[in-house]
Amino acid sequence: MKKLLFFLTILIAVAVAIPLSCSKDVKGRTDDTAPLQPAKTDLDGGTWKPVLLTGPTEFAVPAPAATNTPDYIAQINEIKTWQADLTNDEKAIVKYWSAGAILRWNEILRELVAKHNLPPYQNEDGTYPAPNANNPLAYPQFPFSNPPYAARAYAYVSAAQYDALVAAWHYKKLYNRPAPYKVDATINVLIPQTDLPSYPSEDAVVVGAAVEMLKLLFPGDQDYIQQKAEEHKRARIIAGANVRSDIEAGEALGKAVAQKFVTRARSDRAGAAIGNQAQWTQLETDCIARGEKPWYSLEAPKRPPMLPIFGKVKPFLFDSLTAVSLRPGPPPLTGSDKMKQETNEIYDYVNNPTRERLRIVHFWADGAGTYTPAGHWDAIAAEDFITKNYSELRWARNMALLNMSLMDASIVCWDTKYFYFNPRPTQLDPRIKTLTGIPNFPAYISGHSTFSGAAAAILSHIVPEKAAAYNAMASEASLSRMYGGIHYRADCEVGLQVGKNIGGYAVERAKIDGAGN
Amino acid sequence: MICLNYCKRLLIAAICLALIQVPAAAQTDIDGIMMTKNNFCSGLMYSYSNWTNYWEGKLKRENLNLGRVTTQMIGVMGNYGITNKLNVLFSLPYVTTKASAGTLHGMEGVQDLSLYVKWMPIEMKMGNGDFTAYAIGGYSLPVTNYAADYLPLSIGLRSRNIYLRAMADYQLGRFFVTGSGTYVQRSNITIDRTAYYTTEMHLTNKVDMPDAASFNFRAGYRFGGIIAEAVLDNWTTLGGFDITRNNMPFPSNEMNATRLGVNFKYEIPAVQGLSVIGGGNYTIAGRNMGQATTANGGIFYILNFNGKKSATKPSSSKTN
Repeated sequence: MKKLLFFLTILIAVAVAIPLSCSKDVKGRTDDTAPLQPAKTDLDGGTWKPVLLTGPTEFAVPAPAATNTPDYIAQINEIKTWQADLTNDEKAIVKYWSAGAILRWNEILRELVAKHNLPPYQNEDGTYPAPNANNPLAYPQFPFSNPPYAARAYAYVSAAQYDALVAAWHYKKLYNRPAPYKVDATINVLIPQTDLPSYPSEDAVVVGAAVEMLKLLFPGDQDYIQQKAEEHKRARIIAGANVRSDIEAGEALGKAVAQKFVTRARSDRAGAAIGNQAQWTQLETDCIARGEKPWYSLEAPKRPPMLPIFGKVKPFLFDSLTAVSLRPGPPPLTGSDKMKQETNEIYDYVNNPTRERLRIVHFWADGAGTYTPAGHWDAIAAEDFITKNYSELRWARNMALLNMSLMDASIVCWDTKYFYFNPRPTQLDPRIKTLTGIPNFPAYISGHSTFSGAAAAILSHIVPEKAAAYNAMASEASLSRMYGGIHYRADCEVGLQVGKNIGGYAVERAKIDGAGN
Repeated sequence: MICLNYCKRLLIAAICLALIQVPAAAQTDIDGIMMTKNNFCSGLMYSYSNWTNYWEGKLKRENLNLGRVTTQMIGVMGNYGITNKLNVLFSLPYVTTKASAGTLHGMEGVQDLSLYVKWMPIEMKMGNGDFTAYAIGGYSLPVTNYAADYLPLSIGLRSRNIYLRAMADYQLGRFFVTGSGTYVQRSNITIDRTAYYTTEMHLTNKVDMPDAASFNFRAGYRFGGIIAEAVLDNWTTLGGFDITRNNMPFPSNEMNATRLGVNFKYEIPAVQGLSVIGGGNYTIAGRNMGQATTANGGIFYILNFNGKKSATKPSSSKTN
């Protein structure tokens, strides 16, 4: 019995020690991002060209109280009170938010997209329910943030933040209120100091614009969004970066500017993008009338096509007529030898899935439950922008250029997809089993290729030394769809080119928006 | 001498705990039988597992875009007696997966190598029967670069696992009961994508795999060249998250399963050292796993490096 007890003791000791001895903490790539310390303040940013605003003064920001008033001194004391007793949680939120307002809100948006990027489960009768913006928490939750929805969301949030910051920079220069730590040297400043005037707070501008846009885009996640917003604003006060009136003026400005974008979003035709049964049938009928094999859903039960009318959404970088003119010529005819040859090529790929090709497929899949291709390009861009020490304004401008490119890419791509209504390789050859999920919309042209071509074009302008890398990534993203068995070569090659053409519009805009490089 | 010199039926390396295979129970590392010193038992196992229903979180459902998901495994396994009280074991399966509906491509490949050390420090009379206790340590690691993040069709989860098991066996006459508990420590894994969402966003390609615990109870008849037993086992992931509605599974899901099964072993009298095994089990409860039905069979042969006939005589029961 003694032996037995000894044995059990050892066993329990080992069973406890081993799990405790190994830390399995997984860190995100941006968890430890250093506090943003802009290389230049871009003090004249108020003159940069906004997206929707008629000018930086379209929304008034009242002059701030002088820094020698009792009101201001009370606000300085608020900072000191916070700082007198800092908890580890408070230090952690300062660290988190100091990495950059645009960066963090872009990450939050990516998170919301990933959370909601799930196709609804079917009804009993084989039809599918649609999310309802007026009842966002009922199943299926609103939104289904699929790739076009996501691209549009990234664009609106980025563009609204950019415009609001252009206005903020105007008022910063105009009022020239110094940061609290420049007024009172006894403040323990927890972030890198800057010469940028602090009123209105650029961080609060970003918060205000994000919160206002996200009410529209992710109405079911308000508690989470509000919690992040409060935390962000608090972090700025705790850090000694802003006094409360900097924050309040910034938030109000951000919200006011974002309202303009909300109004645009309500009438940009995205609300009708889902279409209706008559329109879905029409697409098929038109395709048959052209003598072509129409696309059909490869899901069981057959799911209505994803946002077939999204091609009609109002783009940011050009007008709707230009969007139509960017639509490429037709894919190979479904009955042609060329199409047969392209289908065979895909069959070969899926039957010989090397590990490297599978890695490429999965690396770029960005399917259900992910932040979508547009989010993937935002992640790539954000990690490069971190190294650039941009001002918040320049961060916002660059993200806006990227995301307007991605949204417009989704518009032209979706227009093309539903104009041609071309089947997927598996439809033409059912032997083709795919290495990632088949998206529920027509093949030509590849969304990944269009997104990636557009992203690579504008990012190559913004970060020219990485142009070759961006183009290589775009090509790989494009090829991944062939390796995965879900696109033909024509979809990918033409998609990449169409994307590059769209990105070109963002480049042209970037050249004349006053930001330089 | 109570060590038993047969190669027991090998409970499959994990038998697809369903959406994937999880090495829950492996070969002889989970029964109350030891190989005799200098004897080496090795063999081939085949298993066929399939499911059409699975638990999405706690919700049981089917998926018309997967249909019937089938996992086949062929594995080579072995058990060597270093001493009568200390055995080392290994297994290496080749796994093939397939979905009968939808468009997803199946996967195949060599999965994880498992190595176990099994030690029997206690062997005593207790009442009219024999009591034995065991400490078992194991390690498994993927031996090929298969993709884990392709559930439910990936061939494994890729984590490197440490298994710590305590086991006790009691044999009374021809009947026995065995119980064991295992703690499974699982390493983080690396996936091909650079970000994923669980209940929050993770901007990394590293996945924190929750540890797991498993319990295994078996009871039945063990005498002569025959074993017939019923097995109840449970695998519980200590953490992880549920598959969200209509989402795909993910390697760090909370995957739980309770299975009920039977196993048989028969030593072929005509050929000394040769035995065949067979069995099956059914998942009676689960979470984020397929409700799998599994059948398996195998053939084993004992090589005796002692050259002493007595050591390879057909198995005897513990009371013999």
